[in-house]
Amino acid sequence: MPSAQELQVQKKREVEKKEETTVPARVFLPNADIYETPNELKVVLEMPGIEKDKVEINIEDGVLHVEGRLDLSKYAGLQPLYTEYNVGHYARSFQLSSKIDQSKIAAEMKNGVLSLTLPKVEEAKSRTIQVK
Amino acid sequence: MVTLFTDPFDALFNLQRALEARTEGDWLQNQTAGQGPFPPINVFQQGDDIVAIVELPGVDKNDLQIEAKENTIRIAGKKAIDLPEGVSVHRRERIFGEFDRTLSLPIQLDPDGIKAEYQDGILALFLPRSERDKPRTIKIA
Repeated sequence: MPSAQELQVQKKREVEKKEETTVPARVFLPNADIYETPNELKVVLEMPGIEKDKVEINIEDGVLHVEGRLDLSKYAGLQPLYTEYNVGHYARSFQLSSKIDQSKIAAEMKNGVLSLTLPKVEEAKSRTIQVK
Repeated sequence: MVTLFTDPFDALFNLQRALEARTEGDWLQNQTAGQGPFPPINVFQQGDDIVAIVELPGVDKNDLQIEAKENTIRIAGKKAIDLPEGVSVHRRERIFGEFDRTLSLPIQLDPDGIKAEYQDGILALFLPRSERDKPRTIKIA
């Protein structure tokens, strides 16, 4: 449902971490859309500039963690003149509420957007209960 | 200033610092319609030429329209997000809609030499300086 509204720039949010990293570089939060269908959970993350083989996805203890690493070699030899956004790696974690079938997770990367399909396990699917 | 990326551990930090130092710089201040219309653009120099890098994740290549004239470049297009019907939405952070932005550059461009690449959600515009705009060495007779 695209509308004619004017697009506003979204300021990049930085990842807030409990631990400090050894390298002082910044990591950003990818913008996310999350929606649920009866059978699966869909997570869509915007990570512009990240190649698909530089993306790491894992689920541990019900936490989905996605990381995208930026390839800096493309910036070699470029001198910044005027900038409006900063670049960096991307990372974001989500606590999953439904039970996910980890063996059937599918991921697709297109135009800098990562789409994750997380199928629910059988017992987590919603059922209609008939009143007798 | 030349940004060198020789040490792999400092490379990202140096790039981020260099980008930050130029953020809200006044280089284009009188030429654009204010800071920060969509989409965000970073402008780099590569030798004599200019490279503009635009962050546009999730835009179809066919929905992008790029026009160049003398010293201005126009980027227009639309970003569509198709959400299937009947889903329950938990988070909605991505934005969509139409955009149209014109950038004026302080150099004359060679319109035939302009190259545009769209990959991984990043639009890169290679904007060569026109031959007559390049500095010439003048020999003293």
